[in-house]
Amino acid sequence: MLPMKNMTRRIGLAWTPALTTAVIVAAAAAAGLLPFVKMGLVVNGFILGSIIALGAIGITLIYGILNFANVAHGDYMTMGAYVALFMVEEALPRVGIEGQGLGPFTFGYPVLLALPVAVAVVAIGAIALDAVIYRRLRDRRVNAVVLAMMSLGVAIALRGLVQIIWSGGTQHYPRESRQVYHLPMDVRIAPDSIFIAVVTVILVAAVYLLLTRTRMGKAMRATADNPDLALVSGIDTQSVIRWTWAIGAGLAATAGVLLAVSQAQLLPIMGWKFLIPLFAAVTLGGIGNPYGALVGAFIIGVSAEVSTQWLNPSYKPAVAFAIMIVMLLVRPRGIFGGAEYR
Amino acid sequence: MDVIGVISYSAGFAIMAGIYGVFALGLNVHWGSTGLFNIGIAGFFALGAYTAALMTTQTPDPALFEDFKFGGNWSELGFLDLGIDLWFFLGLGAASIVCGVIALAIGYVTLRLRDDYLAIATLGIAETVRLFFLNEKWVANGSKGLYRIPKFLGDWISPENYDYLYLVVVLVVLAALYAAVERAAKSPWGRVLRAIREDETAAEASGKNVFNFKLQAFIMGAIIMGIGGALFAHNVRFLSPLTFDPLLATFIIWAMLMVGGSGNNKGAILGAFLVWGIWSGTQFLPGVFSDPNFRFFMIGVLIVAVILIRPGGILGEERKVARSADGARI
Repeated sequence: MLPMKNMTRRIGLAWTPALTTAVIVAAAAAAGLLPFVKMGLVVNGFILGSIIALGAIGITLIYGILNFANVAHGDYMTMGAYVALFMVEEALPRVGIEGQGLGPFTFGYPVLLALPVAVAVVAIGAIALDAVIYRRLRDRRVNAVVLAMMSLGVAIALRGLVQIIWSGGTQHYPRESRQVYHLPMDVRIAPDSIFIAVVTVILVAAVYLLLTRTRMGKAMRATADNPDLALVSGIDTQSVIRWTWAIGAGLAATAGVLLAVSQAQLLPIMGWKFLIPLFAAVTLGGIGNPYGALVGAFIIGVSAEVSTQWLNPSYKPAVAFAIMIVMLLVRPRGIFGGAEYR
Repeated sequence: MDVIGVISYSAGFAIMAGIYGVFALGLNVHWGSTGLFNIGIAGFFALGAYTAALMTTQTPDPALFEDFKFGGNWSELGFLDLGIDLWFFLGLGAASIVCGVIALAIGYVTLRLRDDYLAIATLGIAETVRLFFLNEKWVANGSKGLYRIPKFLGDWISPENYDYLYLVVVLVVLAALYAAVERAAKSPWGRVLRAIREDETAAEASGKNVFNFKLQAFIMGAIIMGIGGALFAHNVRFLSPLTFDPLLATFIIWAMLMVGGSGNNKGAILGAFLVWGIWSGTQFLPGVFSDPNFRFFMIGVLIVAVILIRPGGILGEERKVARSADGARI
């Protein structure tokens, strides 16, 4: 069992001159820009950051424990969103459950029922894919990059599957227009956004408790630290791997549903497009570090939204990408120093 | 379809397969020889195509376009009055230089780090390039697309026979690139790349500067992809950001290399013709097989199946050893 000290070390800041300079410059720039930044965009940025965080935490856990970049993670999100669509459009209406505009929200309570189903389906699917595909490659002891290559094939196949079942066009959950809340400082926030934030807070807290308070969480952290040592200490690495997939894919499915709610549409390419902000957040936080991924997600989300004040909004992924490149130049191990970056 | 129709269709097919062959060769330098994971081929594809097209296409008529201002037509600027046919080569060269420079920049940042960072960076550059050409309408007419890209040697031959001529051009370029890549793979340089792919630490311990070799290989592959993009631009003669979607500009090229045999240049070309043959052939089949979504799905399944069942692809990697090591036990 790992001592808590290890945990604090991993999230503790290791200050270096380069980082200090970068932080000072960034803080000065942010402070200088602050009077010009619309607070509404910052709020939107935290909402976008919440969705990024749910995806990025999964990627970083898989990275830490299975040691490869899961390129299919975006398509797990897509899968989650579409499974929920199947529930609210096909399955639940058959048993008489339908509706939209629950309270202040645009969507109805069927989406709330569909969410856990989507999480379960995608989590089980991810475990099954691991059993038939990734496990064989691990047994063959292939290079980590071959696993990433395999996840590219999985990503393509998953998206193809989504397009076969639901066609390639735009769809959306049954929705009703709703008033946005007007807050001081010209901030307008949609009730759906508050829902997204609340779901994220609950899930992040759950992941935190799981990682720090349960045996499985400790086993996961031990495996991430040193897989061989974990194995010889009697940790069941196979079940750690299954749990990692379940948590990562479950969070991804939730992120997919929330993304579909916040964009008010579903597209088969939505998850693949989301990979850039996801990996930017993972890189910023340091690979393998879930708390870093959380912070990275908010930085990416807020920067991307605030950039729309000056840039065409469709450049948001490019902004995330640019931040990632700068981070790789200044401090490749991420803000908090993740696992190995070489 | 009559006989002439079949022959003409085959020529068009072979041109595209040949161009994909160029990309598969480039990807083989990245993945097959060095183990560099590039999932943003579309970025280099688009950069190469747009560079070559913008240098040779007529300046847009201000009466017809509001936003679209740029326009190469450098071939008629006067300072290098070579005509389009010689400017084609300048376009090809510029496409490869632009891709090489971008590869240098991304590679410099990411190749010191874990392999996965390169993948993410190439994905980012592909999306950034696409967004650039989509939003900056003044450069290449945004989503409406850049058209009237001139034909290379178009005045020499009647339009209905043009495809045969361009097929020869593509095959000559493909053959030249194949010879160059094959030569490089057999050289000591190529052996270092394979050593890096197999065991980076061992290569480093043997005194090889792994970062430099990886960077060189990444730039070389990107240059080949730029040439492929330029060939594509003068074949299709219409470019829009939609042309470079991940499926037809990245994923299918991965399938080609994996099927043909990664690490084998002949395999890369074989895979290009085979997969493009299956891809374009299945559209004539009845039922589900011609459904584009089904074919999309099968591209993914194909990659997964090859890695699981036959990681070497059809041809597999040839054993390449130094001549001096002939007969010696390796």
